[in-house]
Amino acid sequence: MSVARPAPGLLRASGLALRLAARQLWSEKARLASAIAGVMFACVLVFMQLGFRSALFDSATALIGAMRGDIFLMHPTTTASFRPEALPRVRAWQTLALPEVERAVPVYLAQATWRNPENGTRRAIQLIGVDTDAGVLEFPGLAPLREALKRPDTVAFDVRSRPEFGDIASLLRAGPLSVEVGQRDVDVVGLIEIGPSFGADGNLVLSEVNFRRLVKERQVSSVDLVAIKLVAGSDIRATQARLRALLPPDVAVLTQAELLAHERAYWEEATPIGFIFAFGSLMGLIVGMVIVYQILFSDIAGHLKEYATLKAMGYSGFYLSRVVLGAALILAVAGFVPGLAVSTFLYDLVGSATFLPLAMTVPLAAGVFAMIFTMCAVAGLLATRKLRDANPADMF
Amino acid sequence: MNPVELRGVGYAYGEGALRRQVLRDVDLTVTAGEVVLLTGPSGSGKTTLLTLIGALRAMQEGSARVLGQELSDARESARVGLRSRIGFIFQAHNLLGFLTAAQNVAMALEQDGSLNDSQRKARARDLLAAVGLADHAHKVPAQLSGGQRQRVSIARALAAAPGLVLADEPTAALDKVSGHEVTQLLRNLAKERGVPILLVTHDPRILDIADRIVAMEDGRIITTAKA
Repeated sequence: MSVARPAPGLLRASGLALRLAARQLWSEKARLASAIAGVMFACVLVFMQLGFRSALFDSATALIGAMRGDIFLMHPTTTASFRPEALPRVRAWQTLALPEVERAVPVYLAQATWRNPENGTRRAIQLIGVDTDAGVLEFPGLAPLREALKRPDTVAFDVRSRPEFGDIASLLRAGPLSVEVGQRDVDVVGLIEIGPSFGADGNLVLSEVNFRRLVKERQVSSVDLVAIKLVAGSDIRATQARLRALLPPDVAVLTQAELLAHERAYWEEATPIGFIFAFGSLMGLIVGMVIVYQILFSDIAGHLKEYATLKAMGYSGFYLSRVVLGAALILAVAGFVPGLAVSTFLYDLVGSATFLPLAMTVPLAAGVFAMIFTMCAVAGLLATRKLRDANPADMF
Repeated sequence: MNPVELRGVGYAYGEGALRRQVLRDVDLTVTAGEVVLLTGPSGSGKTTLLTLIGALRAMQEGSARVLGQELSDARESARVGLRSRIGFIFQAHNLLGFLTAAQNVAMALEQDGSLNDSQRKARARDLLAAVGLADHAHKVPAQLSGGQRQRVSIARALAAAPGLVLADEPTAALDKVSGHEVTQLLRNLAKERGVPILLVTHDPRILDIADRIVAMEDGRIITTAKA
């Protein structure tokens, strides 16, 4: 007489269930290919949505991130740097009362129209007016242009601006270049690197004096941002607290990290952009989930007799659930790997076409894998409900 | 102790006015190594009886002791455990279409934690050789004839060294010659291993394999005869 034999351990049984799932998937290659394509599609969609989202937030802060300052003063109601509220310039000088403050440099921000020197079209460009000698805005390439920018009507052009501004780098190599900005002609004396953002397609850096020549309506006494450099070794947090106590409440005292977070929060919360990309990602995941669910469901429905036979042979419902979940997880991995490859390729392609910083990072890839994994697992769990229809008593 | 001992088993489908009694006060014993055929017109309750013995349905009335396991009030997990000690052969072969013959047979062994993969493969090959399919181990069911498929399912039913084989009309989909071959093979293999068989059939062509024939009608056992 036969006796009950020891059942395999949980891990071994799960391994066997996974192998059965793999064999079942492999037996119908067309169905497997469409399932993998579905997961891959969801994967690419999520990667692109999240990529655009983080590119937006990264590029929105490109200007702030490029500034070198320990502490910044900003008007409390400024929502984003492309649309600043002015604050009194005197606040910059007031900070010098503290011994920790080495320099306080006003920064002027405005947008003006730039006429493309190649075809004459006009486009808004971001102006950044600052005392270029002060060493707060150390954009790459700015240092050698300091003397040149002191001359009247001179600007430094952001070489990473969108191509609609013209191929300034080539024109500059060919000889001196004069461009119409606002109502004036200015000389482009060199190239710097900042990068475009959703708020500004291109950037120009120029001296305070030249800024006021271009933006005549601006009061000298109103500045948009104040960058403060502290004496080496100063405690930034303590100085920030002292500045808050010193200054009237018409300025916000922020560290660079806080300013970056503020700028980012504008795009994330005050605009629907963050929501749009989150929604797009969610749609991608739902579409992928429906595809995976459909495939798994029809696999079960088409093999109900076989599943019922396995139940009759003593396989538990839990084991069969693991077969279905195993299939879901195989699809997750098999769809993610090509999805990651395609997305990496598209990141390069889209990144060079839009000049938005799309970067495939390990945390991003891990995060998307977690989403795809969850998507497939949920689809698998939903599909396992169909297993209840596999009743071994109906087999006879 | 006998592999199967039923006392006063009753079973009904449906509730209230739709209630239909399909088994009434059934007593049945299958002794060790015995081949018992269960015959009777359709609707006589023989398939329901088989599913109760196979622990595929919960008991309603009476007591059933199968391979030492009492089935009245048995929990689902106890029933699942018992099933892995019973070999089932169905009308249709019910092999997994995406697995080879050998893999199908090995599926019956994957519940046994004491075997590793190569042991399972060796056992599956032995069983397929015993049913005369040694050369067909790597074919999927679609590449086999009906008789060959049913022989694979016999190998699968016997693979895990069951204490009992339950078969439901195993010849229904087969022609006369292969039907007889398959049942003869089943009988011989079961006899070699001392495994009792309870086989439901309408098919008068295979009555000669039985040690005992039990006829059912209207939910009751009417005759039981030595073959």
